[in-house]
Amino acid sequence: MTRKTRHEIFIHAILILLIIVLAFPVFFALVTSTLSLQESYQYPPKLLPGNQFMNNLKEAWERVNIGRLFFNSTLISVVVAIVKTILALLAAFAYTHFKFRGQGLLFSMCMITQMLPLPVRIIPTYQLMANFNWINSYYALMVPFFASTTGLLLFRQFYMTVPADLPDAARVDGAGPMRYFWQILIPISKTNIAALFVIEFIFMWSQYLWPLIVTTTREMRVIQIGIKMLLASEQIAPEWNIIMAATVIAMLPPLVVLLILRKSFVEGIAMQTAK
Amino acid sequence: MNEDKFPGHKVLPYILITPSIAVIIIFLIGPFIQSVYTSFFVSTTFGTKTIFVGLRNYIRLFSSPDYLNSAVVTFKFAAFVIIVGLSVALAIAQLLNQKIRGVGFYQIALIWTYAISPTIAGVIWASMFAPSTGLIPYIISKISGGYTLNWMTNGQLALFIVAAAATWKMLGYNIIFYLAGLQNVPDEFLEAAQIDGANPWKSFWRITFPLLSPTTSFLLFVNMLYAFFQVFGLIDIMTHGGPGNATEILVYKLYRDGFIHLNTGSASAQSFIIFFVISVVAIIQLRIITRKAIYSR
Repeated sequence: MTRKTRHEIFIHAILILLIIVLAFPVFFALVTSTLSLQESYQYPPKLLPGNQFMNNLKEAWERVNIGRLFFNSTLISVVVAIVKTILALLAAFAYTHFKFRGQGLLFSMCMITQMLPLPVRIIPTYQLMANFNWINSYYALMVPFFASTTGLLLFRQFYMTVPADLPDAARVDGAGPMRYFWQILIPISKTNIAALFVIEFIFMWSQYLWPLIVTTTREMRVIQIGIKMLLASEQIAPEWNIIMAATVIAMLPPLVVLLILRKSFVEGIAMQTAK
Repeated sequence: MNEDKFPGHKVLPYILITPSIAVIIIFLIGPFIQSVYTSFFVSTTFGTKTIFVGLRNYIRLFSSPDYLNSAVVTFKFAAFVIIVGLSVALAIAQLLNQKIRGVGFYQIALIWTYAISPTIAGVIWASMFAPSTGLIPYIISKISGGYTLNWMTNGQLALFIVAAAATWKMLGYNIIFYLAGLQNVPDEFLEAAQIDGANPWKSFWRITFPLLSPTTSFLLFVNMLYAFFQVFGLIDIMTHGGPGNATEILVYKLYRDGFIHLNTGSASAQSFIIFFVISVVAIIQLRIITRKAIYSR
């Protein structure tokens, strides 16, 4: 065996070990979700799956209406990711293809978004929701998240690399700016759009503090809060098997989105990192 | 660099940015200014009247042991998440960046945990570490011959476990960015260093690491935002800020003071302090990134 192949085997071994270690908590959650309550409290702890997953899921479903919460989370994540992408595309197009008065100032305003995450303006934003009569509505869960610096920067950087002949050619062909935007710019932005969708979907799916504050009824809660409700509703000891069944369900959508779009996602990030 | 590609369309750019700017003014800048304004007032017990108190909310915070404790906890927590998280991620990305077979598979197998929400990371770790019944206390007790790992009564330990859970969740994200950054390091640079007789360790610190500084500073900022805010759910699930207030990070205290104790003046002042800290880091980060842009020109 040459020194080089030995070196490569060594790297493979470490990487596989890392994959196992990093995935272990999720494996443990999967196993727990398939156990009966008794098995989940067995000592020493069980590491082999049982056959109670459907029962546990049914129990979780009935206790906190997982179906409804799952729907709410999916709806807000999809809508916010799409709206954020559209707004970012339009703004990036304006900032890179036009020259207009106040451009620098207006761009700085968009950049400030980065420094104003929800917690630094949470009380007035909550009061604003109350004034709009939006408390406990989908509007409150979605609208305050519509601005996206991440998206603006992602598309802006990409559009700055688009060769100038492209808009020139479009203009010569008699295409107006909006036609150029829809027929040329959007199609070549696909990778970045997919990457942004992944980032924003996962970001929205993870929201917890804001939904906790602006929703008041069980029908309007999101799945993250549902898990907290399952954990808190316990009288004596947490029923981990039931909680984990809900957790497994709550883990799936962002994972599916990431796996489906993984190629574009990785490429989009590589494009952003390369300057 | 930026020229008018469609001269003659004077109104269109404004129309294009109107939705973004409207959202930013109504939901970000407006509430933020309101929040700064509120931070100079206290409301009476029944919330019927507000009284101007100047900087008193701020002075109170800086002389409150609870608040200072929360600041220290946040600092320790963020430092752990950033230092451990970024170093481990960079080491893993470096391993992935070797020319080996199956990189595509390894990449996805190491980054997918990015899709897990902080809340979910919290609930899984809480179950693994559940005192006296969880898997990890069991293993530790077996290995050590009877030591009981009860972090519900040990503040420092609780902070460590919460920070470890938070770091685990963010690892995938950090790996993706570092790997992308490493792939942009030109091979010629490293080959030249090798010819000059630099060992891999030296060429990593002299060449690779400096070239990664835009990625590092970007990740530093993102991880700070993560450690300051997004971990709220993880803390709420795992410890509720306890035991005592050992894991009460600033955003958790802000939530308690603002929405449980309804002390809006103090909570608004806390918001502003957090804003100030992240702005300073954001500006430093921007400086580092722009400096890089000048080099590459």
